[in-house]
Amino acid sequence: MTLQELTRPWTAFNYGFLDESAKRELRRRILKAIAVPGYQVPYASREVPIARGWGTGGLQVTLTLLKPTSVVKVIDQGADDSVNASSIRKFVGRVGGAVETEDTQAATIIQSRHRIPEEKLREDQILVLQVPNPEPLRPVQPDMSVAREMHGDADYGQLWLILYEQLVRSGRIMQGSSYPSMVNGRHVMTPSPIPRWDVPKLNKAGHLTILSAGREKRIFAVPPYTSVEPLVFDDVPYRVEDHQDKTCYRSNATGYFMNELPQDDGSSLYELSDSHFGVKNIQKSEGETVAIGETWYKNGRMD
Amino acid sequence: MAALNLDNPVGVTRQPPRLMLAEPILTMRSVIRSYGDVRALAGVDATVYPGEVLGIVGESGSGKSTLLRMMNLEDTPDAGTYQLALPGQEDRNLFTLDRFERRMLRAHHIGIVYQNPHLGLLMNHTSSGNVAERLLIAGKRNFAELRERARESLDASEFPIERMDARPRELSGGMQQRVQLAKAIALEPAVLLLDEPTTGLDVSVQALVLDTLKRLQRDRKITMVLVSHDLGVIRTMADRVMVMRRGEVVEQGLADQIFQDPQHEYTQQLVHAKL
Repeated sequence: MTLQELTRPWTAFNYGFLDESAKRELRRRILKAIAVPGYQVPYASREVPIARGWGTGGLQVTLTLLKPTSVVKVIDQGADDSVNASSIRKFVGRVGGAVETEDTQAATIIQSRHRIPEEKLREDQILVLQVPNPEPLRPVQPDMSVAREMHGDADYGQLWLILYEQLVRSGRIMQGSSYPSMVNGRHVMTPSPIPRWDVPKLNKAGHLTILSAGREKRIFAVPPYTSVEPLVFDDVPYRVEDHQDKTCYRSNATGYFMNELPQDDGSSLYELSDSHFGVKNIQKSEGETVAIGETWYKNGRMD
Repeated sequence: MAALNLDNPVGVTRQPPRLMLAEPILTMRSVIRSYGDVRALAGVDATVYPGEVLGIVGESGSGKSTLLRMMNLEDTPDAGTYQLALPGQEDRNLFTLDRFERRMLRAHHIGIVYQNPHLGLLMNHTSSGNVAERLLIAGKRNFAELRERARESLDASEFPIERMDARPRELSGGMQQRVQLAKAIALEPAVLLLDEPTTGLDVSVQALVLDTLKRLQRDRKITMVLVSHDLGVIRTMADRVMVMRRGEVVEQGLADQIFQDPQHEYTQQLVHAKL
């Protein structure tokens, strides 16, 4: 038996780009993150061929989860066609042979920056969120070793202080994204910079959500059917953005998260932030047969 | 009650001591703490009774602030015991509590006012937010209640309510001390620790802050431990005085006894130096 028979043929890179030890490391950390929902698990973040801060954490998780039957969707603030999203999607397709898609319903892995799709995710789908800053306590405790002690003690009083200050100063909670949320009643996490609109989608969701910060080297997760509760005062309820009555000027869909497009005359137009969901709605309005999945929000409200 | 007169503290009429009739609320025994070769506390005993003001005096480096830090569970001694008589709490050595238990005990039962407001306040948050923080750590989660209790505490500390949402960094030193005080009393602590609360303030502001402390002590019967190197402040405030030197208690007794008939040579030097 020759050495050539015992080894695989030479390739330019490993399947899924990352070497097996890197994937093993990530898989172990992901398992730990799933076992302790919301807990930030440190991991040895690898170099990938995009710049830190452009989704390296999410990309490493996606590459680790990848298999030849995977169907991958990548979105950037709701859009499938941004340069960043397109580049990551093509890269994943090239190094893993995965099928690329823009359809939420068809995807098995959805890597996202700053949005959760409007169509409900299923148990067989995994949502990978890119996280720039995984530490919710950073605004109140710059010393990370102390912040870790605070997590250990579930000492989160100061996070409510941020909300208190916003209410005092502005009369309402101004936290527009990265809204601190309690996971499984134990750890507070930042759900990445998704808008307030998207946070309730994580609560008791059927899908697995993995949040990964490549630059900060932290992974945390929300397993299926786990509670995710935004921090609120007893007498100040959680509010999502006032998009319930906004209508997409392209698809005529109403009651979903919109992008605001300021016009020269001072008015604004709105279009669906979830671009492929918008495409489906346009196709539907034009009489085409299109499968639109069940949405989290119905008539601008969560169930 | 007689008006405070810092220029002539002897003229202050003291309430009769309410001591020795009740069980002590704070008891420390044989507390030893060394930092390298320096022995900061050399077997200190301290007892505080409910409703009294215990003054601790001594020169710089005598160990009085170290003792106060021990009382606030910010530091652990090399040896010694510490008990607080709290309703519904078992009698245990508080030095054996873990980090979380200490934090919770401090949040609920111990208030502290530091000499340096930067240690006690979040300078970039509002004054009311600073008070609310203490309530939040203790688990209060109702915004209207937080607001109301912050207002009450600041008002009790004679802080101008119209400035309750100003940031401490925008306030004078005296006002910052009042915010610290409001934060410390927000949960009606079993014991209020005051570490040189008027040092660095001008005399008129000092008198106002002391007046507020005295009124709070009278109205709310708050047990206080006051550390100061200023004998005038101690004489104005304290029912009982503990004199420390080189990590040891050299003399203690009723304030009038200490000031009028000091027994230890060091106390005599202190009193006469002041007078």
